[in-house]
Amino acid sequence: MDRLLPRVLRVDLTRKRSWVEERPDLFRDRLGGTGAAIELLHELCPEGADPLGPENPIVFAVGALSALYPLASKTVALFKSPHTGNLGESHCGGRTAFALRLAGYGALAIEGRSDVPVYLSIHDGGVRFRDARTLWGMGSSVTVGRILRDVEPGSGHRTILRIGRAGERGVTYAAAIAETYRHFGRLGLGAVLGSKNLKAIVVSGQGAIPVAEMGRYQKLYRELHERAVRSDLMKKYHELGTAQNVGPLNEMGALPVRNLQATRYPEEPAFSGERLAQGYLGRRLACAGCPVACIHLAALREPHPEEPYFYKTTFVSYDHEPLYALGAMLGVEEAAGVLKLIDAVGHVGLDAMTAGVVLAWATEAFDTGLITERETGGVRPRWGDVAVYREMVRRIADRDSEFYRVLGEGVRAAAARYGGAEFALHFGGNEMPGYHTGPGALLTYLAGARHSHLDSAGYAVDQDLLRRGEELAPPDLARRLLAEEARRQVLSSLVICFFARGLYDFPTIAACLGALGDDWDEGRLRNLGAEVLRRKHAFKVREGFRLATLPIPERAMTTPAPGGAVDEEYLRQALAEMERWLEGNDGLEG
Amino acid sequence: MAKRLAVVDVERCVDCLLCAQACARRFGEGGLARSAIAVRSAGGVERGFVVVVCRACDDPPCLHACPVGAIEKGPVGVRVVLDRCIGCKACVAACTIGAVRWDEGGGKPVICVHCGLCARFCPYGVLALEEVEGG
Repeated sequence: MDRLLPRVLRVDLTRKRSWVEERPDLFRDRLGGTGAAIELLHELCPEGADPLGPENPIVFAVGALSALYPLASKTVALFKSPHTGNLGESHCGGRTAFALRLAGYGALAIEGRSDVPVYLSIHDGGVRFRDARTLWGMGSSVTVGRILRDVEPGSGHRTILRIGRAGERGVTYAAAIAETYRHFGRLGLGAVLGSKNLKAIVVSGQGAIPVAEMGRYQKLYRELHERAVRSDLMKKYHELGTAQNVGPLNEMGALPVRNLQATRYPEEPAFSGERLAQGYLGRRLACAGCPVACIHLAALREPHPEEPYFYKTTFVSYDHEPLYALGAMLGVEEAAGVLKLIDAVGHVGLDAMTAGVVLAWATEAFDTGLITERETGGVRPRWGDVAVYREMVRRIADRDSEFYRVLGEGVRAAAARYGGAEFALHFGGNEMPGYHTGPGALLTYLAGARHSHLDSAGYAVDQDLLRRGEELAPPDLARRLLAEEARRQVLSSLVICFFARGLYDFPTIAACLGALGDDWDEGRLRNLGAEVLRRKHAFKVREGFRLATLPIPERAMTTPAPGGAVDEEYLRQALAEMERWLEGNDGLEG
Repeated sequence: MAKRLAVVDVERCVDCLLCAQACARRFGEGGLARSAIAVRSAGGVERGFVVVVCRACDDPPCLHACPVGAIEKGPVGVRVVLDRCIGCKACVAACTIGAVRWDEGGGKPVICVHCGLCARFCPYGVLALEEVEGG
């Protein structure tokens, strides 16, 4: 471990102070990332903290492999979520990890609240609190990025993180945006930043990282690079990107359509990976340190409404999840429509996945008469009506009436206020991801450490079992998911992109760490994964989370998955097994 | 025949920075401190990238700018004689395209030696070694 990694940059916005704390324990024993950040969160976040109060800290962390090995390219952010009330965890690519590590920090912890809007400018070992009053309230997060690009140093080796209007106004699922096309999307980091009057964070660094055994490191780097570039492991992410999932999920009847009233379109949707690549793909990008370049930007060309032969070309980054949430979930039929919605959501800085599910709930609630034009302010939500949804996105971000304020707190809050809990697709308060593959996916959403489809990849287990024609008893499925989830805690402590999970098995990780002079073996890594998962669960429980009584959305069980309708009793048995393990009551070593 | 590094297809650049990292590894370290190659956006990542590498000038301004003769002509491009360098940064100022990088820690310039290691790690064929001529 190099001497710079254990440095935690602490920032107190209230007193406009910053200092560096040496925490070798967090990086030596926990590798950094999620492992380090969960400990800092336990330390810095008081029990029962108001997520939008100054006492809620934000911890960004990178890991021992960041900026050194291919695809160790993510940054993890931990905070208390204003959306669920417990653990907020969000991962982001772009250049954030590179910039933080090369600036000489393993983690950045932000506390307090500034009296006026500020942004943080972190360069050459110094932290400056810059006035952001001019940037506050700006219409588009894209413009904010453009301005900071011009006024800040570090071009080419910096990250520009910022929030949009939704974050300023406390929409509980506001995102933070990095480098325009990457996001800390889920669980409301944008709102926590907004509550601190912190509009943006710019970090640059181009330092050196000493490597203990350069020969071993070079050899491992070359091997991993070759595998990432040449093997099939990364091919799908590189070529069509995650959008390639849209077609197959639609075909197998696992793509949530119109608030999960259906699971497929009659034909392949116009926004499938293949069709977007053919009709719209304008450029591909990579996160810093990643050869795969999975970021796909569509070039959306729109005629000017008044001026003939005058066009506006907008670049919109697309992935499976935004396409699902702002396309399929809303019954959108055209590709340009879903791209326009993704663009609108990015401008105001909302989490695309949550926003789509919220709009889907509102559409069904309007259809069934639970809400009327009186609540919506004259807007008539209708499946596939992109213009109306764009208007609603604007109103949610602006929180311009009681109804839109409630929508700005997610479908759990909306259903509590207006009814329709049976079709409110949230799991512990967090909106559904884009895979209705079966019980594995639903368990991942319910019990996953951060309610993401990527937690324990139940969707992949479902598809594997379907292919084999097998079924697992609830405790067996629970244990399989937990084993995968524990393994992923090691990846997210190093903060390796989950797309590279096939590349980084435990022996490979141990070898990578060995070249850096850190002694790890498979058993020690396995123990760390289990420990981090339990520490995350403990934080959630501390903040009132209970697996046993977690509501399961009825719609997710009545609308059949490819293997048939999922049974609540099956899910409950699996959850009980998970709870025993997570709380260390199953008699197994952690 | 001597070869120099060239940016042959900048439109395929995805900003992965693998080239810059590869360059830094020559010095037995990770990071970018002593990387002689720079990539930055051309005004926002959606507009593509600018890849800045030494052009191996026939008559290098950096060499002429050095007041102590610390930059010498190499087989291709130039070589920095670190012992002679006084850290005045005149070479940095002299390079019109910004290809003379600065090692903040060491207080010395870093200039591409046209070894081609960066090109070997560019997954998209943006960089290549090519026969020296005009360019």
